[in-house]
Amino acid sequence: MIRLTEIGKEFLLGEQRVHALRAINLRIDRGEYLSIMGPSGSGKSTLLNMIALLDRPSSGVYLLNERDVTGLGDDSLARVRRENFGFVFQFFHLIPRLTAAENIEVPLILAGLEPRQRQARVKAVLESYSLVDRAGHRPDQLSGGQRQRVAIARATIMRPAVILADEPTGNLDQATGRQVIHLLEQLNQQGITLILVTHDAEIGGHATRRIKLVDGMITEDTGVTA
Amino acid sequence: MRTEDTLQLAARSILANRLRTLLIVLGVAIGVSAVIVLTALGDSARRYITGEFSELGTNMIAILPGRSETTGGPPPLMGETPRDLTIDDALALARSPLIKQVAPLMLGSAPVAHAGLEREVTIFGTTAAMQDIRKLTMAQGQFLPDIDPHLASPVCVIGEQLASELFGNSSALGQWIRIGDRRFRVYGIIAKSGVSLGADLDDMAFIPVASAAALFNTQSLFRILTEARMATGISATSGEIRRIIKDRHEGEDDITIVAQDSIIATFDRIMLALTLGIAGIAAISLAVAGILIMNIMLVTVTQRTEEIGLLKALGAPQRQIRNLFLTEALLLSVGGALVGLLLGLAVAELLHRLYPVIPIAAPLWSIFAAVGIALATGLLFGVLPAVRAARQDPVSALARR
Repeated sequence: MIRLTEIGKEFLLGEQRVHALRAINLRIDRGEYLSIMGPSGSGKSTLLNMIALLDRPSSGVYLLNERDVTGLGDDSLARVRRENFGFVFQFFHLIPRLTAAENIEVPLILAGLEPRQRQARVKAVLESYSLVDRAGHRPDQLSGGQRQRVAIARATIMRPAVILADEPTGNLDQATGRQVIHLLEQLNQQGITLILVTHDAEIGGHATRRIKLVDGMITEDTGVTA
Repeated sequence: MRTEDTLQLAARSILANRLRTLLIVLGVAIGVSAVIVLTALGDSARRYITGEFSELGTNMIAILPGRSETTGGPPPLMGETPRDLTIDDALALARSPLIKQVAPLMLGSAPVAHAGLEREVTIFGTTAAMQDIRKLTMAQGQFLPDIDPHLASPVCVIGEQLASELFGNSSALGQWIRIGDRRFRVYGIIAKSGVSLGADLDDMAFIPVASAAALFNTQSLFRILTEARMATGISATSGEIRRIIKDRHEGEDDITIVAQDSIIATFDRIMLALTLGIAGIAAISLAVAGILIMNIMLVTVTQRTEEIGLLKALGAPQRQIRNLFLTEALLLSVGGALVGLLLGLAVAELLHRLYPVIPIAAPLWSIFAAVGIALATGLLFGVLPAVRAARQDPVSALARR
C-alpha cells in the first residue's frame, strides 16, 4: 500500500548539510503492525512525517496505493491525508477550547459532513472508547489517558486505512501507556495499518514488524523488504 | 468544510479569548462611533445653517439698486448715478407671471416713542407681502394690511423687544406710538426669531411703504424682495426682472440681483466638504483599529501554531485555514462595527438632547460608510495573518512545544 523508493531528506543547518534520511526503501502492506525505533535524531519522526505526507522528501518516490504522491500540491496532500491517515501524537494536540466530543468531530467538520451524520459518528466513537461521560469535558479537565483516548478517537473517526502514532505513550505513565497501546493494537486487529514511532524498546517489541533507524538509514527490518 | 461550521469555529475561538475580543471590538467600535458622531455633527451644522437660510425662502430674489461692476475699463466721462428703485418698479414686477409676490423695502432709522419712553430703532417700510416672503410669524395681532402701496396708513407692526421696551408688561396691541413726527397704531407684534440675515427683527418696526416714504421724505427703495413662482426658474425669473427694470429705467441695466438659492447652495457645498473632511479624519481611527486587528491576529496565529499544524495534519487545505482566521477577523470587526454603531447613535442622541436647537442626527450614508469601512479594514488587515497561518509548515508547527 505504501511504497517508498530511495527516499532521502536533507536540509541545511547553517552551513552544514544534514541528512535526516538517506535512501530509504520501504514497503508497507495493508494491515501491518510496524514499529519504527531508533535513538533520538535517527530520523524516525522525519520518516513518519514523510509517510504521513506532512513533509516532502528531497529525493525519491512515494507511491500510495500505486499513486505517485511525491509531487502533489499542498491542498491535494491535505485531502490525501484526510482520507488515508489518522494521527496520534505524543502531546495529544487537542484544541483546548473545544470539548472532547468537539475535538473528535473536527476531522468530520473539515471534511464538510452534515451535522446529523457527524453527531451519529461521534456518538458511536465515544461509546466504543468509553468516553461518553467525558464528552462535554474540555481537554484540561481530562486525564492524560483520557486525552490520548480522545486523540485516538479523533484519529479513527474518518475511518483511515493507516494510523500513525508518534510516541503515543511518551507523556503517559506505564499503566495508561499500556492501555493506549492495547487500544491501538485492537484497531490493528480490525485491519487498520498501524505505524508506531517510539524509542521504548518494550513497546516497540510488540509490533509484528520492527524497523530500526540509525542516522537516517534502516539498519534492521524484521519484515520482508521489497 | 461548510460555511456554518467555519463561522461556528471562528465564533468559538472569539468567545474563548475574551480579552482579545474586547480589545479589538473596542478599537473598531471607537473608530466607527467617531465617524458617526463627527459626521453627525458636521451634517447637522450644515442642515442647521441651510435651514436657517431657507427659512427666508429659497425662491427669494433680492433686487438692489445700482450695479456692482467687476469689469475693468476707464471710468465713465459723466458721473453715472444709478436710478432709484421705486414703488412703481415693484408694482411693475408684481405684474410678471413669473413672480409670485413682491415686497418693496424702504429702510430708515427713527425715534419711536410712547408715554415718555423713546427708542431709536430701524424702520422698515414695506407691504403685506413681506410677511410671506420673509416667513414672519406673529406673536399678537396681524401684519400690515394689504392696501395700495401708494397709500400711507398710520399702522405699524413692531418687534417683541421694542414692544416690551415701550410697554413693559402691558399690552401694546392697539396702542398709539410715535415714530418720528407721526403717530401709528400698533397693529401686530412679530414673534421672536432672533437675528435674521443681519436685521434684528426683535427691535424694529414695520410701517406701510408709503408712510415710510413720507416719513423719510424719499422715493428710493432700499431693495425689492420678490418670490419666484418656481424654485427651478430662478435664472429665468432673474432675466425677467432685469428686462422689466431695464425697460422702466430707459434701457439702463442698473440693478444687482441676489438669489437666495445660490447662497444656500454655496454654504451647502462648503459644509459638505467640511463634513467629509471630518469624517475622513475619523476614518483614520478606523485604520488604526485595523492595524490593531492585524497585530492581535498575528499574535493569535503565533499562539495557535500547534492548532494550525494539527488542522493541517487532519487534512485542512490552506484555503480552510485562511478562511477560519479571516472569518475570525471579520466577525470581530462586525462586532466592533455594531457596538460602534450603537455607541455612535447613542452619543449623537445625547448631544441632540443637550443641544436641542441643533438637529444632531447621523446621516444614513455615514452609518453605511462607517460600518462598511470597518468591515473592509477587518478583511484587509485580517488577510496577512490568515495567509501566514495558512502557509505554516505542519511539521514544524506540530513539533513546537
